Amino acid sequence: MVDLFTGYGATTKSRKRTGSASAWDEMFPDPSSLTPTETRAAYKDVYGALARMTQEELRGRTAALASSYLAQGVTFDFAGEERPFPLDAVPRVIEQPEWVTVEAGIKQRVLALEAFLADIYGPQAAVHDGVIPASLISSSNHFHRQAAGIVSANNVRIQVSGIDLIRDEKGAWRVLEDNVRVPSGVSYVISNRRVMAQTLPELFVSMRVRPVGDYPNKLLQALRASAPAGVDDPNVVVLTPGVFNSAYFEHTLLARLMGVELVEGRDLFCSGGRVWMRTTAGPTRVDVIYRRVDDEFLDPLQFRADSQLGSPGMLMAARLGNVTIANAVGNGVADDKLVYTYLPDLIRYYLGEDAIIPNVDTWRLEDPLALEEVLDRLDELVVKPVDGSGGKGLVVGPAASKAELATLRKQLLRDPRGWIAQPVVQLSTIPTLVEDGMRPRHADLRPFAVNDGTDVWVLPGGLTRVALPEGELVVNSSQGGGSKDTWVIGLEPDFYHESSARNIQGLVADQAANTQATAAGTHPVDHSPQDKPLGNSDQQEQQQQQQQQQGRQPVSAGAPAASKSSAQEDREC
Amino acid sequence: MLSRIAESLFWIGRYIERSDGTARILDVHLQLLLEDPWIEENLACRSLLQLMGSPVPDEGELTRKDVLATLAMDRTHPASIAYSITSARENARRAREIVPTELWECLNTTSARMPRKVASEKTHDYFAWVRERAALAVGIVEAGASRDDAWHFFTLGRSLEQADMTARLLATRSLTEASGPSWTTILRSCGAYESYLRTYRGVPSARNAAEYLLMDRLFPRSIVFSVSRAEQCLRDLEPRTDRAGVTGQAQRVLGQIRSQLEYRPIMDILNDLPLQMMRVQDATSTASEAIGNRYFPKGNVPTWTGEAS
Repeated sequence: MVDLFTGYGATTKSRKRTGSASAWDEMFPDPSSLTPTETRAAYKDVYGALARMTQEELRGRTAALASSYLAQGVTFDFAGEERPFPLDAVPRVIEQPEWVTVEAGIKQRVLALEAFLADIYGPQAAVHDGVIPASLISSSNHFHRQAAGIVSANNVRIQVSGIDLIRDEKGAWRVLEDNVRVPSGVSYVISNRRVMAQTLPELFVSMRVRPVGDYPNKLLQALRASAPAGVDDPNVVVLTPGVFNSAYFEHTLLARLMGVELVEGRDLFCSGGRVWMRTTAGPTRVDVIYRRVDDEFLDPLQFRADSQLGSPGMLMAARLGNVTIANAVGNGVADDKLVYTYLPDLIRYYLGEDAIIPNVDTWRLEDPLALEEVLDRLDELVVKPVDGSGGKGLVVGPAASKAELATLRKQLLRDPRGWIAQPVVQLSTIPTLVEDGMRPRHADLRPFAVNDGTDVWVLPGGLTRVALPEGELVVNSSQGGGSKDTWVIGLEPDFYHESSARNIQGLVADQAANTQATAAGTHPVDHSPQDKPLGNSDQQEQQQQQQQQQGRQPVSAGAPAASKSSAQEDREC
Repeated sequence: MLSRIAESLFWIGRYIERSDGTARILDVHLQLLLEDPWIEENLACRSLLQLMGSPVPDEGELTRKDVLATLAMDRTHPASIAYSITSARENARRAREIVPTELWECLNTTSARMPRKVASEKTHDYFAWVRERAALAVGIVEAGASRDDAWHFFTLGRSLEQADMTARLLATRSLTEASGPSWTTILRSCGAYESYLRTYRGVPSARNAAEYLLMDRLFPRSIVFSVSRAEQCLRDLEPRTDRAGVTGQAQRVLGQIRSQLEYRPIMDILNDLPLQMMRVQDATSTASEAIGNRYFPKGNVPTWTGEAS
């Protein structure tokens, strides 16, 4: 019992001496003790189940997780070698009451971003009203004039979003960045859950973990809902860059679970303002493209002329309203980290509400005063490029060398529009099995939201990414990050309210159906007369069996039971 | 060919298919118990036992462990995977001179390697193993056996068992909640989920999923497909030139149940699923018995009784 969590607080203690505020630990209220035993309420059951295991046992299970992923092909490329996607055995647990807030915050943010994109590619009211400067929009790398006027039938541009959240030193949720282009990772949420249930079943016992398997259905519904007007049975496809893409596993999984075609650019062609795919039955019209290809590669007539990943004419078809591209082209402007700093204002402007989940404090470097302050304190801040995602190009001041800071300083002075600065936030930590044993590691959370035009549905859980090196604050799988299964536990609130009548009746009706089935009787399985279970067979058959046995083995002339056992020995040797 | 040999082949087919079907049903349902928090474990386990044709204890809470012990591991329990595997091997031994050596070795190895205990985190691996062994045995026959009477009896057994297993599976419908997910589960059980999604391009609805598993003409585990294949085997075993009707009792029973399913409105069947599926199971049992009477007559096994005076 002591074994697994021994030495957990060792690293926390040593960091405390350096002075910065220590991270919020999600499992233990007091992580600095060497072997913490008192857990937060959410983790009580998980801790109980884990504490019964030894470290070797848990390592064995972790190896089983990895080998199952290798067999399934849930891998990523590491220096030309296929490695299983790293999944930690300790889940992250979020209780339902807390999740309700997260969910509401995500919904609010998606709705605000939808309103913002519709506005920016339309009347630009927010610019006229002075909420956001025009120069910011026009200078964004991902603001595409080509996207103006392209609207799907149900006005949705962000069918899928992955908004990255973190918990700060006080445990409060904050938004780290918005991803409304092609957020990836949802396949790992689905496969993590399945492999966890197969390999660590005892953790699930007595916990009401909300299932995540519904995601492909929700996504398909949202995609169908965004189909061009007048199409009764829309033909949905997933557009992938191809097998060499690092997220190819995810593309295949989504296409498989939605039962739709997975196409590459060369499978598509545009003709007569429509998009078609080449099939054995001739050209088949495509109505909705869930594309996992970046804007720049989508249509060589509009963007990069050398792209072979898209199909020429696709954007024209979308503009004519004959095909829906999801997520919409040009969404990248909402991912711009400088737009991110305006989001609380935009939420107030479009929705008349205050942001439910706050941003991380951010300096806009275009402001000369802010730039000056940031340059002064460069060694204690995090500086990020505005159009990078997943930690690309990010510099953590306290961890950077003098030379790195000097280059950064020059870059900031040359292009202040290209960067933002934030204070170093100690992301919350969760126990993670590393080489030394169970240790706190920093983690973030990417919940996925699907917008079908009438409602924004947030997948209960999401992808928890964890940085495996000690003290590392950048959590990205391309930089040696692991993942955790994320559990939202407790009943859905509406289970008790609106739909409770349906649910409970449904359950009762099922029980009734069960007892009826009992009344109808059980149908026993058929058996070959010679393999009938001994207890059931009648006297005559036993005699026959005995005779046969005697014929072959004169020795065993005993009772039927004896002849049975001798047959068994016979088989086993 | 000898009736006794034919009978063994028929039962090898049935037992292989049964071990496969049982493993699929258990795998998905036991996993569902973990993943879906709203299922009452005791109730679900009871229904599962009952559906597999196993007596249900009157008292006490049943857990997934009990189901696993009974339906997977217990070598003496007639509905268990272990029992099917042993029986398939025993039947192969009785027909050793006809059964291809590759098949015999496959069944023999399976039976010898059948574990006596499975840790709860290894159950999925165990079921996967059972499915693989069944696939291997079927593959050996499909790839290498001439399409003679031996193959027809083997396939006849397989087809009947498949119909029976799918019927049991469909009857598990009443195990869980009334809405969508459990149709997903049922489809996953027989490896039909992905092909179903491609066929219907959408979320499983009760109507479509039932239609797919009951009467799809292309999906090999659908009841209509299995029953039709069994009928075809019977026709091939005994080609008839009569101008009217069928003569065999087995063909009659199978034809009746197939027509009932094919020509009845799907919603009618759905509203009365447990009973309808019970009828399918009855039909396969009756057909199995009729085939036994027709092709594997027991007669009175002559025994020496001494001189009568």
